[in-house]
Amino acid sequence: MSTSTNAPPPDYRVLAVDMSNIVIRFPGVLANDHVNLTLKQGEIHALLGENGAGKSTLMNVLSGLYKQTSGTIKVYGEKVDFNSPRDAIAKGIGMVHQHFMLVPTQTATENILLGLKEPRFFLNLSRYDKAIRELQEQFGLYVDTASKVWQLSVGEQQRVEILKTLYRGANILILDEPTAVLAPQEIDELMNTMRALVAQGKSIIFISHKLHEVEQVADRVTVLRKGVVTAEGIPMGNMTKKDLAQLMVGRDVVFAVKKEVREPGPVVLSIKNVSATNNKGVAALRGVSLDVRAGEIVGVAGVAGNGQSELAEVITGMRECTGSITVNGVEVANKPPRISIGHGVSHVPEDRTHVGSAPNMTITENVIMKAYREEPIGNRWSVNYPLAHDNAEELKEQYDVLAPSVDTMARKLSGGNLQKVILAREISAEPRLMVAVQPTRGLDVGAIEAIQTLLLAQRDAGTAILLVSEELEELMALSDRIAVIYDGVIQGIVDPEHTGVSEIGLLMTGQVSKEGG
Amino acid sequence: MAFKLQVEKRSADPPRWLPAATSIGAVVIAFIISGIILTIIGGDPIRVFSFFYEAAFGSWAALSDTLVKATPLILVGLACTVAFRMKLWNIGAEGQFYIGAFFASLVVLLPIVPAGSSRWVTIGTMIVFGMIGGALWGFIPGFLKARYRVNEIITTLMLNYIAILWNNYWIFSKWSDAGFQMTPVFDKAAWLPRLADYAREFAFFSGMTLHFGFVIALIVTVIVWWILSRSKWGFEIKLIGDNPEAARYSGINIARNIVLVMMFSGALAGLAGMSEITGVVHRLQERISPGYGFTGIIIAWLAKLNPFAVVLVSILFGGLIVAGREIQPSGLAQLIQGIILFMVISSEFLLRYRVSFFGRNEAETPATPSTPEAETA
Repeated sequence: MSTSTNAPPPDYRVLAVDMSNIVIRFPGVLANDHVNLTLKQGEIHALLGENGAGKSTLMNVLSGLYKQTSGTIKVYGEKVDFNSPRDAIAKGIGMVHQHFMLVPTQTATENILLGLKEPRFFLNLSRYDKAIRELQEQFGLYVDTASKVWQLSVGEQQRVEILKTLYRGANILILDEPTAVLAPQEIDELMNTMRALVAQGKSIIFISHKLHEVEQVADRVTVLRKGVVTAEGIPMGNMTKKDLAQLMVGRDVVFAVKKEVREPGPVVLSIKNVSATNNKGVAALRGVSLDVRAGEIVGVAGVAGNGQSELAEVITGMRECTGSITVNGVEVANKPPRISIGHGVSHVPEDRTHVGSAPNMTITENVIMKAYREEPIGNRWSVNYPLAHDNAEELKEQYDVLAPSVDTMARKLSGGNLQKVILAREISAEPRLMVAVQPTRGLDVGAIEAIQTLLLAQRDAGTAILLVSEELEELMALSDRIAVIYDGVIQGIVDPEHTGVSEIGLLMTGQVSKEGG
Repeated sequence: MAFKLQVEKRSADPPRWLPAATSIGAVVIAFIISGIILTIIGGDPIRVFSFFYEAAFGSWAALSDTLVKATPLILVGLACTVAFRMKLWNIGAEGQFYIGAFFASLVVLLPIVPAGSSRWVTIGTMIVFGMIGGALWGFIPGFLKARYRVNEIITTLMLNYIAILWNNYWIFSKWSDAGFQMTPVFDKAAWLPRLADYAREFAFFSGMTLHFGFVIALIVTVIVWWILSRSKWGFEIKLIGDNPEAARYSGINIARNIVLVMMFSGALAGLAGMSEITGVVHRLQERISPGYGFTGIIIAWLAKLNPFAVVLVSILFGGLIVAGREIQPSGLAQLIQGIILFMVISSEFLLRYRVSFFGRNEAETPATPSTPEAETA
């Protein structure tokens, strides 16, 4: 392993990376469809796209984690064929993942050296400190290397990750959504670091979905949408944010399901001035107010991580908050989930395997996860399993769940079938309000359509539905109104009939905000 | 001959029969290994094992002794089963056993029921007190875990020592019988009925020490089975054990269940302590348990947390204890127990991994490259 940091000077004529016609196919999914990407030496190249657009997958191929199905990769003009991250590192490619790969109880120095051939036996760490310190000074990556990683801030941990790749001799750095975990001033520091790196001949691929950051720091941009390149290496100066937003979220909305026009009923869910923090203690919702009426679907649009998950959780009692949330006039904020369930709130959770179902329990047991308490499934003390079994069989038929029997374990179901089981449970509870988070994520077309049809049928039956989705097309097709959320604030509430995708895209990326709607 | 061993993680579920087969296989292999050890130290394994069988199951009297030993094991095995079903690692059944015995003793030592009360009043009160004592000892770690997220493995383990020393304090200082580390023998009203008590009516029963505690243990087994597999509470326990997040999402109060299940588990272990002092020892004394609480962990595991299997495994282990008393060196039964546990725990590996053997020539066949999961990020 080399500790060399002497990259050739910036030279835009040299292509550091040239990926052409990359196809990455997983069983049932075409993650990347003939993608081209070039990285000039000494540039910051933004890779922009929504969640699930295939950005990380493409970069995992470049860093040797996956292998492409077809297509060629050249690094500094040389055709390469990576079989492991080790091969990619040997060619000077280093990736800083969104989730840090550090050992919290070891020092920064130890983490940087971890996995290298040296030191072999005796840990004479001070010998290595000098080399690390030189790197730090060269690129302004200051961090106390004697500290244990858990004592460092998130921004400092990220610097350790970058040092780790540099120490391994990386000239091409891939930063996977590096700003997602950072505080604003840390983001500024990171941008300075990135500029310092390219000034000394390193080349950077910067994965992001935040337009203003891309605009601030990138030289060129490649946009991916659903695995297809929609803008290939365009210099940033030639693009407006509006163009980028449209390239990112797409313009053609296909209405797969038909929605009847309906006059919504009285307000069922009323959220007033609700604020909450995320799992890291950072503000996730900031003074959100929103109403959902009976027989209406209110969509929540936003790029992942802007507070929509937390919004669903405060309504269903899974997260604490300030402010007021009422369902049919009853306060449910900061009450345990049992209370909201009791007041007719159904919840299709974002994480269907870790929250929405019990993997080693049967379909029957998963269907009665909430209904076991009440008649007719629950008696005073016992569960009426024969009845539960019969009900589950009916639901399995009705919702077209493909499984050998209702005694099949939940973990054996495909994503679409598991989601149908969850929907069967949540809809059969005859809810007044349904909070559905990413109900179609990761499903195939058939399942998506089935689930969208179920949601619309619920709306027509008079249920108030709050639909959180990252699929703008889905929101446009299903919602009566769309609330766009960015950084924990509702930027505007728009009517999908009379609003263009690009306008919503700008709201989603925090470029403009709109009152009322 | 050269061969290569290949271990793969199982992608599909193991076949249905495999868990039971590995458990039984583990016990068989444990006996084989014990036999090899016996041979090495100069014994005759066949003779030893047939002696074991004779001593434990060879006659009605032997069987009676075995069931006496199985009684506390069934109850602590059930105690562990209940907690383990919720992935609550109560390894404090030993302490809960002692506190159960202590509380049950209070009924006659304080006394709580007036002297001269009928047998059933006395025994009934002792059952209640024994269970309350065990539940109390389970409440402490349950509350600490539910409220402050204190690791229950540590607290239940530590509370074992406190319970034993607490017991010792009282039998040394307060209720010592003529300076010995034991209380005076309880009044007959506090003895569980034994088969031998009916020897006058049925001569066959003479000398048989099997007491009513065994019946209690069987009744409790059915109750625990019903709770775990038929009741609403059992459903909650199962759901929390499988996926606590899903349980919380379903509106189940996890903290409350941690406390309740620890108390229930403790109550069962406390009942075992009560049964032991009223059915066997008839007084409170030092070392009323030779580690039943820890054996209960093994039993629950070996029984794959099935209450009825707990009864069968307890009888096997009861037999080992009885036979072990009659053989030299006396540690032999414990050796076999230890090997059984080791084998059972090792056999879990087979449920999660598939092991295949290759001859030398086949060995080079490369494993199929794993397909990465489709990742959307």
